Amino acid sequence: MIEVIDLHKGFNGEEILKGITTTFHRGKTNLIIGTSGSGKTVFLKCLLGLFTPEQGSICYDGSVYSELGEEEQRDLKEQMGMVFQGSALFDSMTVEENVMFPLQMFTKQKKSEMLDRVHTVLNRVNLENANDKLPSEISGGMQKRVAIARAIVTQPKYLFCDEPNSGLDPKTAIVIDNLIKEITEEYDIITVINTHDMNSVMEIGEKIVFLKHGNLEWEGDKTQIFKTDNQAVTDFVYSSNLFKKVREAQIKGI
Amino acid sequence: MFYLDDIGRYFLMLKGVFSRMTKGSVLRNLIFKEIDDLIIGSLGITVFLAFFIGGVVAIQTALNLTNPILPKKLIAFASRQSVILEFAPTFISVIMAGKVGSFITSSIGTMRVTEQIDALEVMGINSLNYLIFPKIVAMCMYPFVIAIAMFAGILGAYVAGVYGGFVPSTDFLTGLREEFIPYHLTYAFIKTFIFAFLLATIPSFHGFYMKGGALEVGKASTSAFVWTTVVIIISNYILTQLLLS
Repeated sequence: MIEVIDLHKGFNGEEILKGITTTFHRGKTNLIIGTSGSGKTVFLKCLLGLFTPEQGSICYDGSVYSELGEEEQRDLKEQMGMVFQGSALFDSMTVEENVMFPLQMFTKQKKSEMLDRVHTVLNRVNLENANDKLPSEISGGMQKRVAIARAIVTQPKYLFCDEPNSGLDPKTAIVIDNLIKEITEEYDIITVINTHDMNSVMEIGEKIVFLKHGNLEWEGDKTQIFKTDNQAVTDFVYSSNLFKKVREAQIKGI
Repeated sequence: MFYLDDIGRYFLMLKGVFSRMTKGSVLRNLIFKEIDDLIIGSLGITVFLAFFIGGVVAIQTALNLTNPILPKKLIAFASRQSVILEFAPTFISVIMAGKVGSFITSSIGTMRVTEQIDALEVMGINSLNYLIFPKIVAMCMYPFVIAIAMFAGILGAYVAGVYGGFVPSTDFLTGLREEFIPYHLTYAFIKTFIFAFLLATIPSFHGFYMKGGALEVGKASTSAFVWTTVVIIISNYILTQLLLS
């Protein structure tokens, strides 16, 4: 479990996160949603240890990050996997080398063992016959799969995804969402996804945290989000015409 | 104050580069790759430039030696001294600030823009060491490039001087060996080592700490070239004062 208690973070005197308290559970896909500028990315980067909070704490399965020594923090980071918005694959490496990279850095496995593991995870994300291609030679959806494969290759305990389906067509986006959900359940990891895509919310939102202006405005799951009376949440959820029509149909009882 | 802040961050960056080393086997491969990119990839242009600079120095010297009392062998002597003391170590380094420096800044800057550096940090890797240390080690080979540039420069002077009809071959070879002070080579290579370190670290600094998008990568490359050149020229003056005065 990741436990966030009264998290505050600001830049240049401006407070971005204003006391967030929540928990993320193992084996579930936890979504952080909110409009642009609500503090989602800052929150995610605090969870990753890239930003140091000014106040509050983040506890990973009983270990408070800020109380850990440098070595222990590094060990904890090795248990984290991250899928970046733009995939962040290393341009100069092939797909296979990208996925193998964390194994080369953190394990003492033989190359044959590493390759076996790489091929296993690439098969798991349904990516075959692209091992020798460079990231620039594959599609956006395939890049996301490679990023997911790289994130899970060391069997991390925590998986963080920053808008994993941005820039993808709706069909591919759903495939990526479902892949993340399957992997979360299969590997029993804590997955935290930063998104503003309502399709993702409907597809995989087992726990949803809604941020507004750096405050935790609402939390619940994908069924509760469509029933809440919270004005900020309903404004966000029903901002698109499609969801407005769904809402109207719900009200009319169609 | 702005420059002081940057200078402070540069030295903090150097501290970060030499702490928490990357795994040896990974580092070895990175160093070989950097040697290929930064050193081997620079040989062609270096030889080309040095050859023609040497030629031009010989022609200029010959055309300015109008007094018949002055021996022709001075053409070789002046060419040798110019190439060894300044043209090969300093002039080539300024050119390399453009070639190698902009390559380093743009490659690291692009990694910053595309979150690849964040990816390294999230994995718990010391990105400063992973990205910059192999470049510093690779640039330790830079004196070999300058040695080749010295040879090419003097060869260029010979070709231009002898085949241009300015000086007989025997006079040129005599002048080339005359009053040779081995310490001048030591001085040139001390300078080269320091320039190599600057060539690896100043562009890395501009790439690593850049903010923004693709346009800023271009701006950072230009800025890296300007600052590397400025620092090379200033340190050249200081080193010459210290080592030759």
